[in-house]
Amino acid sequence: MADQRAKSVLLDIRNLRIEATVFPPGEAPKNIVLVHDVSLTLEKGKVLGLIGESGAGKSTIGLASMGYGRGGVRITGGEVILNGRDILKGGKEGFRKLRGREVCYVAQSAAAAFNPAHRLMDQVVEATLLHGTATRAAAEKRAVALFKKLSLPNPESIGERFPHQVSGGQLQRVMTAMALCSEPDLIVFDEPTTALDVTTQIDVLAAIKDAIRDTHVAALYITHDLAVVAQVSDEIMVLRHGRLVEWGGTRQIIKEPRQEYTNALVSVHEIEHQEQKPGTTPFLSVKNITAAYGRSHIKVLKNVSVDIYPGQTLAVVGESGSGKSTLARAITGLLPPEEGTVTFDGRPLANRLADRPKEDLRQLQMIYQMADVAMNPRQTVGTIIGRPLEFYFGLRGRQRDARVAELLDKIEMGKGFIDRYPAELSGGQKQRVCIARSLAAKPKLIICDEVTSALDPLVANGILKLLLELQKEENVAYLFITHDLATVKSIADSIAVMYRGEVVRYGAKSQVLAPPFDAYTDLLLSSVPEMEIGWLEKAIKGRRMASAGN
Amino acid sequence: MSSPIVKLVAQRIALGILLLLAVSVLIFAGTQILPGDVAQAILGQSATPESLANLREQLGLNDPAFIRYFRWLGGVVTGDLGTAMSSGQDIATSIKGRLWNTLFLAFWAAVVAVPLAIILGLIAVRYRNGWVDKLISGLALASTSFPEFFIGYVLVYFFAVKYQIFPGISTVYDGMPFGERMQAIMLPAAALTLVVLAHMMRMTRAAILNVMQSAYVETAELKGLSAFSVIRRHAFPNAIAPIINVVMLNLAYLIVGVVVVEVIFVYPGMGQYLVDHVTKRDVPVVQAVGLIFAVVYISLNIIADIAAIVANPRLRHPK
Repeated sequence: MADQRAKSVLLDIRNLRIEATVFPPGEAPKNIVLVHDVSLTLEKGKVLGLIGESGAGKSTIGLASMGYGRGGVRITGGEVILNGRDILKGGKEGFRKLRGREVCYVAQSAAAAFNPAHRLMDQVVEATLLHGTATRAAAEKRAVALFKKLSLPNPESIGERFPHQVSGGQLQRVMTAMALCSEPDLIVFDEPTTALDVTTQIDVLAAIKDAIRDTHVAALYITHDLAVVAQVSDEIMVLRHGRLVEWGGTRQIIKEPRQEYTNALVSVHEIEHQEQKPGTTPFLSVKNITAAYGRSHIKVLKNVSVDIYPGQTLAVVGESGSGKSTLARAITGLLPPEEGTVTFDGRPLANRLADRPKEDLRQLQMIYQMADVAMNPRQTVGTIIGRPLEFYFGLRGRQRDARVAELLDKIEMGKGFIDRYPAELSGGQKQRVCIARSLAAKPKLIICDEVTSALDPLVANGILKLLLELQKEENVAYLFITHDLATVKSIADSIAVMYRGEVVRYGAKSQVLAPPFDAYTDLLLSSVPEMEIGWLEKAIKGRRMASAGN
Repeated sequence: MSSPIVKLVAQRIALGILLLLAVSVLIFAGTQILPGDVAQAILGQSATPESLANLREQLGLNDPAFIRYFRWLGGVVTGDLGTAMSSGQDIATSIKGRLWNTLFLAFWAAVVAVPLAIILGLIAVRYRNGWVDKLISGLALASTSFPEFFIGYVLVYFFAVKYQIFPGISTVYDGMPFGERMQAIMLPAAALTLVVLAHMMRMTRAAILNVMQSAYVETAELKGLSAFSVIRRHAFPNAIAPIINVVMLNLAYLIVGVVVVEVIFVYPGMGQYLVDHVTKRDVPVVQAVGLIFAVVYISLNIIADIAAIVANPRLRHPK
């Protein structure tokens, strides 16, 4: 039995240790360990999910199975045994022979990973031709068959296109075809669906899963989304800070996690928030707003109306390009609407930001997705939070410092951070500082634009909890823009679903999330991965039935 | 191949023509600001007021400036560049041979310099931050940092005086056999090559290094391509636009900026012709040469712009 397993083992990583040299500003270069003695084995034709937050070392391990290190990353210890030989002993020539032949890679953003200067087909068959495993004609035939298998439109001719002529979801499938084309033993999928919209993700995920099953290729599937990895893997390995946390069968990991950290990951979305009934009068009303960028005739917002009540959260949800961020820009006056009005406390707000008095500016604050670019890297946390205090309230000196310290307490960071620079903070801490900065103005409304999208699930959870607490304490309202329905369920009081510039569904959370659904909301809701084995098949089947019924 | 490219290219060409017109106005205006006029220059200091007035009438110098401008421009467009004051010769005929010589020299300097610079740039990227890269960058920087006349005289000292392989004075004449002509331009071409090499090489290196950060370069590496194939097949095609730009800028320099090198090697090209006539204060010749230089400069830059547009797959293959 043990012998049989040994025979079917494809990849055997033993005590892998990976280091990198980092260059912190103003300090001497230092060595850090990214992966601490991680071991794993993968049998032929099986899928192992590697999961963890950023910095867990999952991509680093995936790339190490190809002998590759990004930037200054070095493999400094252990063995990577593929097909019975230690690839780390093969040198540069050895790596070149194995990459693109025995192991292929599917990157997170296919849009960036395809060369814009070459046709797709040339890139898809490149590795096969390079390693001489097939003639050009045979490789192209194989590629077309793979395009068909991955249900790409026009499989015969899509290879003639350039990357920019194909959508993101399709590119991700073409990249999977590219990896499968040279018939490797192992594919490293590095967050292959993370950059896609949720409704696109489900199709790509299903296509990848079918392709893995039909070609009997083994895979390392790297992601931070446990619900996604539960759909495709046989086993799951949980990593944190470059160390192994837990490794087991998919069912065991999601149903009976043994480690506390795994348990936290599994139950990450369970925030309880009791929906509040809308008050009698909204303090901010958006009425029939229409907006377009530049002189273009394409309307990014069409006749949008929503209301926001004091101390409540309106979640605006939709895919990329649905106009949700544009709505925020129209409300703040950054993009003056062509038609329609924004009413605040019963009086209309000026269309243009420049025409609004300081008091109106104070009442509407914003928090952004990318906290690190929303702060001046040359200013300390104290200056960043203190600025709105000076600007709106004229606070100076000790008074200002006291208020900054108070705000830092509110975001659970403490005044020890006053003299720190943004570069010295973690992603979650940066977002907290941005929250404190917006709170400093004592606004009635904070517009949160995808504020948790760039954060790891556990950190994002902490931010959401903080926002809810602050809402209770300060009675501030949120306009919460997101593409993530799980987040919406956690924090919203009312929801507006946007699609191509229009609000297609709007109302209290309990109404919006209860059937009967309109077609788009149904698609959106049924596309959100659930942490349940077999969800993907059920969801896809449900869709086929729905489209057959139409 | 459809509307966006045609439209962009047409825009560039129209812009170029507009720019040329503006330059012609500037050149014409510049010569008007100078003290004295053509009549004064022809007749000299001792001319009587009557003869000056007669000649002015004869040359049409009493007409308003804009009429004279259009008369001059009309001549230029039909190939009549006027008459040189110092020699009384037709400028167009004497420039023709000179221009041909300058283009001949620039062409051969470019034939060596452009491929050499790009290949050195590719090699520097391949061995980036290693000793090969540092050696190439160091030598290239050194050759640009020395002024042209210094490089010229060093070349003359070694190859013409000490070892006597090539002539130190690049005399060429009509009907000169090709081989001899090539031998004559060897040293000025080498000097020019050394001057423009570094700029093109450094920009090639920088442009490709910029692209080397891209995700698609990593994809290529993970397909098992060799380091040089990655650069040649995946990085270079995406760095082509900035490279063409710097190449064209240097080609323009090879034609417009040869003045010093031509003077050092006494090469009968446009540069020397210009210097000769500046010393003689021969305004019509200076005007004509200035305009030709402007045409060369602007057209090469338009070509660079158009090449960059055509090299962009997003514009070549719209959605």
